[in-house]
Amino acid sequence: MENSSDLMKKLARNLETPSRQWYIWVIILSAIVLFGVYALIRQIQEGQIITGMRDNAVWGIYTANFIFFMGLSYAGALVSCSFQLLRIQWAKPLLRMAELITVSTLIVGAPYILFCLGRLDRIHYLFMYGRIQSPITWDVIAISTDLVFCAAFLYFTHIRDFAKLRDLEGLKVAKWRKKLYAILALNYRGTPLQKKYLHQAHDIMAAIIIPTAVIAYSLLSWLFGMSLKPGWHSTIFGPYFVVTAAYSGIALLIIIMWLYRKSRKLEDYITNKHFNYMAFGLVLLTMAYGYFTFSEYITDWYNQTSQMSALLGKFTDMSQYGALQSFHVLFTMFVPLIIIGLPWFRSINSITLVSLFIVIALWVKRYLIVVPPLETPFIPIQDVRPEYVQYSMSWVEITLTVSGLALIVLIFTIASKIAPIIPVAEIEDVEDTAKPIIRFQTKGV
Amino acid sequence: MDNKDKKNNRRNFLRNGLTMGGSMLAMGMGPAIAKDSSGEGKSSGEKIKVLTTDGKVIEVDKPKDDCKIDPCEPPKGNAARQGIPGRSFVMVIDLAKCKNARKCIEGCQKGHNLSPDQEWLNVYLMKDHDDAEPYWFPRQCFHCDIPPCVKVCPVGATYKRQDNIVLVDSNRCIGCKFCMAACPYSVRIFNWEKPPESDVPPEDYSPEASVPAQIGTVSKCDFCPDRSREGKLPYCASGCPMGAIYFGDKNEDAVSNGTETLRFRQLIKDRVGYRYLDELGTEPNVYYLPPVERMFDYKSGLNDLPEEKQEVYKDIIDGENNKNN
Repeated sequence: MENSSDLMKKLARNLETPSRQWYIWVIILSAIVLFGVYALIRQIQEGQIITGMRDNAVWGIYTANFIFFMGLSYAGALVSCSFQLLRIQWAKPLLRMAELITVSTLIVGAPYILFCLGRLDRIHYLFMYGRIQSPITWDVIAISTDLVFCAAFLYFTHIRDFAKLRDLEGLKVAKWRKKLYAILALNYRGTPLQKKYLHQAHDIMAAIIIPTAVIAYSLLSWLFGMSLKPGWHSTIFGPYFVVTAAYSGIALLIIIMWLYRKSRKLEDYITNKHFNYMAFGLVLLTMAYGYFTFSEYITDWYNQTSQMSALLGKFTDMSQYGALQSFHVLFTMFVPLIIIGLPWFRSINSITLVSLFIVIALWVKRYLIVVPPLETPFIPIQDVRPEYVQYSMSWVEITLTVSGLALIVLIFTIASKIAPIIPVAEIEDVEDTAKPIIRFQTKGV
Repeated sequence: MDNKDKKNNRRNFLRNGLTMGGSMLAMGMGPAIAKDSSGEGKSSGEKIKVLTTDGKVIEVDKPKDDCKIDPCEPPKGNAARQGIPGRSFVMVIDLAKCKNARKCIEGCQKGHNLSPDQEWLNVYLMKDHDDAEPYWFPRQCFHCDIPPCVKVCPVGATYKRQDNIVLVDSNRCIGCKFCMAACPYSVRIFNWEKPPESDVPPEDYSPEASVPAQIGTVSKCDFCPDRSREGKLPYCASGCPMGAIYFGDKNEDAVSNGTETLRFRQLIKDRVGYRYLDELGTEPNVYYLPPVERMFDYKSGLNDLPEEKQEVYKDIIDGENNKNN
């Protein structure tokens, strides 16, 4: 094991004055984000007529994106916080990536529900006239709380690294960044009292975030579950959404691990072992997800109420949602079990590729949750306008989706330039964090 | 002018209702009228005698002829949340009489300044099961007593009033469309683009009249309380050439389609009135009389429709044709 200053020195090289490629990359990403801003301005100016949403499918991929990104944010809550509490040492190098996923997806995902608003200029009414009976108000409260907690946790886990960067000699960065590290480190000197308090802060935040995330995502699912609509009105939605969220979060974490391992040459820190363990978690979640999905559909299919039959008919009809549904079922349930579950195809690359397909398939699943039930109301749609019968996304919605993804990448690009993507202090100061939560009484056996 | 006279006849029912129930209303109305009379010309200057609930006869200003409920002006903003005291508006639709003339839709669209593709009420072709004959089914907002739309509104832009009516305040609506997703009857529509120009200036907007509409907000059937104030039936009821739509007051136990006034409870009892998707527990205030002993074949409703509109009923019509072969 190398000594501490070496590890920071080695990783800090990535933080030094950015190369030209880095700037080009940031400019490309910013351009995509700005194009999204342009699309949003157009939507505000011209009204939602330029989206694909209409009177039956009143929500579209904005809502799907909203649930999707919120789901991805589970990576941090699940991996980072629970590993923090369980004192799991091997996972330490992954913690910062997981927390960054949480914060970036929350920041990017939350606005999607606002893009659905016809009157963004009245957004303050949510606070002026807010009604606690409305699931939208629940979401606003839960997600903003979740975001504040997760951002605080992300910052807490950075403090010791900022202190290390402040104290690191020979770090070739601009003066203002040195100053920034000094400010952000909050005068952390590693005194016993500081260590104790910071450690307690970590534990408290981790313990708060786990239930907060479960509550936030359950409330999110009740945006649908509280409806009378067949396909939405389901008692399973709370836990189902939570499992789906954890599933997509872990899959994204594996992708991010792969990307940083390749681009930053972090093979020594993000090892086979990490991929192996995360893949094991992924397989468990695959089975849990498959179980929930099966339970949801089998009960509806067995009863064959006329409304549900109509909806399930669309899922099996290849000219409607059959293709999307097959893609979803294949890549969230069967492919992961075969490729990762069985030993023969398992490799870092195959695990990552499967994870990528899981993430895409889970986006498709969110689309299938939002759109088809809206197109299957109790009263049959008898409309001559095809766009009112079937939803199809417009360029505005696609642009805003792509720019959301670009914004997440941009956040990662910048955040990993400010602090090392591997939490150095977490790895080095093992003995500090390895204290058991419960002190066992050993006297008087 | 002729038209107005005809409507005046229609109003008589409500007027009579008012004088009957007037004694009850007078309590609330008296002060309101007195207050108005000090202002400019809301009252006719004449006096009428009404009986208060505690048995006293008092004299109040007689409202102007075109005003049946005081104040005649529909209230604006939060004042529209209260509802008209003592009223319990209700609608009864006689499915046996509907032949898809679509005059109700036209009247509603004209009255509420809607664009031709915005339908607050729609006429569906329904077929309950394989052996049932299809029938035309006009559907407007059911003004539920337990409205799912009102439950989910995050800003209270849509609300339930004590006179049974569920309204939308376009000045409050943030356009989240959650109410549209929540309504099991697909009643609500969204102003996706700029609504048609209106003569009514925005500052005269009342949620009771729903005009002018605003882009990015939800709108829907409002049961025309502004017309009730003038003693008129809603646009759909007065527009229906078959007299299939009855509108009235549960408290007065009377509904009218403009030509006949019937006792609401007796009508529901005799004709086995039902409510659409009653099992959802939303307690609608629109009742349907089953399409028995029909006046028209459902096919007569297809005749005047453009071909593309006929196309949307294809499944039902084809099913019927196959059955007959």
